[in-house]
Amino acid sequence: MGHQLTRAIIDGVLTGGVYALMAVGLTLIFGVLDIINIAQGILVVLAAYLSYLLSVHLHLDLFVGLLVTTPVMFGLGVLIQVLFMRRLRGRERTSMSLLASYAVMIIIEGILYLSFGPDYVTLNAWYVNQSLHILGFYLPWIYLFGFALAVIMVAVLYVLLYRTKFGRSLRATMQNRTAARLIGIDINRVAAIAFGIGVGVTSVGGVAFGATNAFNPNSGYDLISRLLAIIILGGMGSIGGALAAAIMMGTVESVVDIWSPTWSVVVFYLALVLVLTFRPQGLFGQREARAQ
Amino acid sequence: MISGADRAEGAGRRRAWVRGLARVAPGPSAAAVLLLAGLVFPLVITNETATQIAVVTLLYVAAATAWNLFSGFTGYISLGHAVFFGTGAYTVGIAAQDWHVTGDLEFALLPLAALAAGVVAVPFGLIALRVRRHTFVVVTIAIFFIFQLMAYNLRFTGGSVGIPAPFLTWAPETYNNPFYYLAFALAAGAALLSWLIYHSRFGLQLRAIRDDEDRARGLGVRAMRVKLTAFVISGMITGLVGGLWFFFIAQVLPQYGFDPIFDLTVALMAFLGGFGTLWGPILGALVLEPIQQVMTLRLSNTYASELIWGTLFLLVILFLARGVLPIAGEKITARRARRARRAEGEGPPPGTAPAGPVEAGSAAGPGSASAGGA
Repeated sequence: MGHQLTRAIIDGVLTGGVYALMAVGLTLIFGVLDIINIAQGILVVLAAYLSYLLSVHLHLDLFVGLLVTTPVMFGLGVLIQVLFMRRLRGRERTSMSLLASYAVMIIIEGILYLSFGPDYVTLNAWYVNQSLHILGFYLPWIYLFGFALAVIMVAVLYVLLYRTKFGRSLRATMQNRTAARLIGIDINRVAAIAFGIGVGVTSVGGVAFGATNAFNPNSGYDLISRLLAIIILGGMGSIGGALAAAIMMGTVESVVDIWSPTWSVVVFYLALVLVLTFRPQGLFGQREARAQ
Repeated sequence: MISGADRAEGAGRRRAWVRGLARVAPGPSAAAVLLLAGLVFPLVITNETATQIAVVTLLYVAAATAWNLFSGFTGYISLGHAVFFGTGAYTVGIAAQDWHVTGDLEFALLPLAALAAGVVAVPFGLIALRVRRHTFVVVTIAIFFIFQLMAYNLRFTGGSVGIPAPFLTWAPETYNNPFYYLAFALAAGAALLSWLIYHSRFGLQLRAIRDDEDRARGLGVRAMRVKLTAFVISGMITGLVGGLWFFFIAQVLPQYGFDPIFDLTVALMAFLGGFGTLWGPILGALVLEPIQQVMTLRLSNTYASELIWGTLFLLVILFLARGVLPIAGEKITARRARRARRAEGEGPPPGTAPAGPVEAGSAAGPGSASAGGA
């Protein structure tokens, strides 16, 4: 029992780490642009399909393929921001961005269905099927690699946000758009790059998700519901909160999974509802912040 | 959502009244024509495909009106109304199954759909309505997914197989007609209710919350109670729509009972027609749902129609988010003002041009006094 529980917790932390990366992308976009990108889930699936294409047709290793998919996803993110999100103005911008990105999600889903059909596929590589045997636990390599990469990416993001000039202008934009513009920050450029980064990290999420789950174009819904739950639980716009909430979700899910696989997801959502009842702003969120 | 210039205006309150009246101005006559057209429609057009499209369209008129009654009036955009739709559908389905209700008797179960949806709406609203604006939207999405998951996983919902409806032994050529009139009654009832609420004290409180919730609260509006009431009413109508839809389609599957596209579609309809107006959701549903239906019937490829639907949606949000009716009203008012200026032969009088950036999604923006305004 104890062994099983430890195993479940390790699994949970590992999967949570990957979700954390995708959720950080989402919460970064929200923090900088006041935009909630519902398309994040389907973009992860799109990235997974890109990796799939690269590995099947060009026999590129999944992680090497990231060198291609990450810039592609970054560019796509910039494109979505410039073409669609930038047009949204006014007080209800955030709510409108939800609707607009929802539409983007449906469009991408339609394109994926048209090009790949509804059949499930998985990503394959040696590390998907083999495990590391350590201290009596079998840990699939892909989880370890995915987690490690997620940690590296989050660390890179941290350095970018807190140690570079761009990061400073980005955080300035998060705190106060008007003031940031007044001191000469090119808001549009910062916004486009932030959206690009937020979407760019889905490439790693796509590899980790695609290698550990069978996916089809419909998988975006499952992903986005989890990601939304994570950023609400962590507090919208809080990067640390997203990390904590993602690890929590992973752990709760895999621990409950020992008893009942069907209910494991629901328990996390119920926990979310419970938290919201007492702390509507989430664990690390600020109440009604950013009233601009 | 009233812009600053508007609020500062001395005669602001008076103009708001005129605007309110103007919005109803096409009311009585247009409503009478629509009612009449709606009543004779199945007598004139007997094509089964056409009546089938008409039934679904009317269901969406009711659903979009119900959505607008809460979201449009209060400004709280709900993307979780499919919860009520699904709850309604599953409630009558499970009741019919467990109590062995067969044939026409099934329609007696419809009030249960509204009741169940209302019961669900109370805790849903109590949790979700504690947060505002976009956080509210995200919370409604999350709660929606909980319900979809439960529909898949609970034993009494039949899992991914869903629930079949009782079999109706009606003649195929007139099969759609009873559904048509039920859906018509539902749509007309929802529109009437939303008209009544719009012009009541309650409706005024709802719109006060939309414009400035804190100020409304300061003026003595019991915000939570008012919002929750509208949420429950809206949910009950949506539940009824779900129940009727279930009987019409004759089965419910988790992915169609709790369908994220439903949430989006009703919102899109209201936004296209005019968010928060009385006619907006009706117009939006009457325009969009037939397109959607014909597209699904014509295009054998459902994915292509999904792609087109998504593109249409995006275009509406980006370019027509304030709604066709308010934009058209503005254009007409602007033209009249220009003509009046030219007639007077003066320079532009102050205050005719809307000051400040035009807000997206603002249904009560300056000059939204529509056709019958001036």
